[in-house]
Amino acid sequence: MTTVIALAYLLAAVCFILGLKQLSSPKSARNGNFTAAFGMVIALIATLPQLNFTTAGLIIIAIGVIIGGAVGAVGARMVKMTAIPQMVALFNGVGGGAAALVAVAELLRFGDHPPFAEAFPSVFSIVIGSISFAGSMVAFAKLQELMTGTPITYPGQQIVNGILAAAILGFVIAVLTVASIPFSFIALMVLALVLGVAFVLPIGGADMPVVISLLNAFTGLAVAASGFLLNNFALIVAGTLVGASGSLLTKMMSDAMGRSLANVLFGAFGKTRAGAVAAAGKEGRSVRSGTAEDLGTLLAYSQRVIIVPGYGLAVAQAQHAARELADVLEKRGVEVTYAIHPVAGRMPGHMNVLLAEANVPYEQLKEMDEVNDEFKNADVALIVGANDVVNPSARNAPGSPIYGMPILNADQAKNIVFMKRSMRPGFAGIDNDLMYDPKTIMFFGDAKDSLTKLVSAVKAA
Amino acid sequence: MTNELLNELTVFVLSIFVGIEVISKVPTILHTPLMSGTNAIHGIILVGAIVIAAGANSPVTIILGLVAVILATTNVVGGFVVTDRMLEMFKGRQTSKPAAPVPPK
Repeated sequence: MTTVIALAYLLAAVCFILGLKQLSSPKSARNGNFTAAFGMVIALIATLPQLNFTTAGLIIIAIGVIIGGAVGAVGARMVKMTAIPQMVALFNGVGGGAAALVAVAELLRFGDHPPFAEAFPSVFSIVIGSISFAGSMVAFAKLQELMTGTPITYPGQQIVNGILAAAILGFVIAVLTVASIPFSFIALMVLALVLGVAFVLPIGGADMPVVISLLNAFTGLAVAASGFLLNNFALIVAGTLVGASGSLLTKMMSDAMGRSLANVLFGAFGKTRAGAVAAAGKEGRSVRSGTAEDLGTLLAYSQRVIIVPGYGLAVAQAQHAARELADVLEKRGVEVTYAIHPVAGRMPGHMNVLLAEANVPYEQLKEMDEVNDEFKNADVALIVGANDVVNPSARNAPGSPIYGMPILNADQAKNIVFMKRSMRPGFAGIDNDLMYDPKTIMFFGDAKDSLTKLVSAVKAA
Repeated sequence: MTNELLNELTVFVLSIFVGIEVISKVPTILHTPLMSGTNAIHGIILVGAIVIAAGANSPVTIILGLVAVILATTNVVGGFVVTDRMLEMFKGRQTSKPAAPVPPK
């Protein structure tokens, strides 16, 4: 029987690896998700026959699966595509929480003096799982705008976080060596939860995807540690796969933003307050704003228009209106393309998903490297709800928090139409010089309304 | 070091290399779905949650087991469903490609 289970776990592991492989290519990605889900089902079925269930155990598993399944399925089905990033954060957090609880339960079984081989992985799983849980919840709250998306900083923050980390380390050593107080790991759990919150607070909303990816890798490692604890190969393989690929993915994501991971995580935003203040000091410069009719005429008589979509387009659910505008322009012979910044939307690839939902033809979507040289030949760069990804201070203001991030060269277009709800700064919380550019015309209003107005203006022109 | 621990360590180390190698060529547009997909895979902790819940026999273990199973199931089910919803969009785009030249009516 144990041989069958071991083979089933092996099959599950193969499914996970193949699933990940398929997930990294657009053609096979959806099948990859199914492959991985199939592996999960195999692992679950193989686990059941080897267990001796108590009555209470059977009941709580049934109730737990029903509740968790309903919450997961309904949550994932109902969520709007714009809110996907925070949903991923939520699902990641609960995984980390589960890993920590499994370790607590297993450690309890060993009583006062758990052997080192059991105590070490359980402590690891408790600490990392709790950090992942608490950190993910803060990331969720920031993205859902239950709390401010701007970094929350205070003097001595790094020191406080350092003390927290040191306290956790001290407790870990105490639990591993002395380990006489059965509930000492409850304190450990509380400290790790606090550190998880404190760790994510100073990170700005725009950087949340990187943080979620990192915490995703954390959860993977916590799961692997639980695997060592339970001597379960399925957990070790799957958890480690996620931990390793998640770490690499985190690095790729911060690379796409032109930043190092350390720069994202440790108070780069806090340190550069001075730059933001200097920019704010330039207040009072004039901006030009236009009417729908002016802009409709400008667009209708252009040859090349590049649309730069951003998160504002997504929240206003304006992707269909953008598509409509592109269609009427194309009918008049205007060449329309979309310039997709790697981190447009709120996660890498998020904008592609949203535009695909509106049936925007794949050929019109251009990646940053592909499209950046085309801006200088474009008559109009139409910026819809994007901000930081076209902010020239990323190129020329070394003090700026986003300095060094690759941006779209929208400022090189002959005309720039900046559609925005207000003059409020973007997600990174900084002013955008492009709005004050003499070539720029501001068009204020909700992205969807504004686009609809432009559609009729173009038709009338 | 016991044999079992040695085996586990071997699997652990090899899995690290496989995990890095297998996604090393992912394009930017798939970063989000891939993150979400790996997120679903670490829902395997449900296996661990079921193992500890199965033997629950005291109030503490019952509560721990119940909460762990709920959280882990949410992770698995939500993770795979939300990933599928993202990738549905990519599929739609691919099927619409050959259908693009619709004859004018």
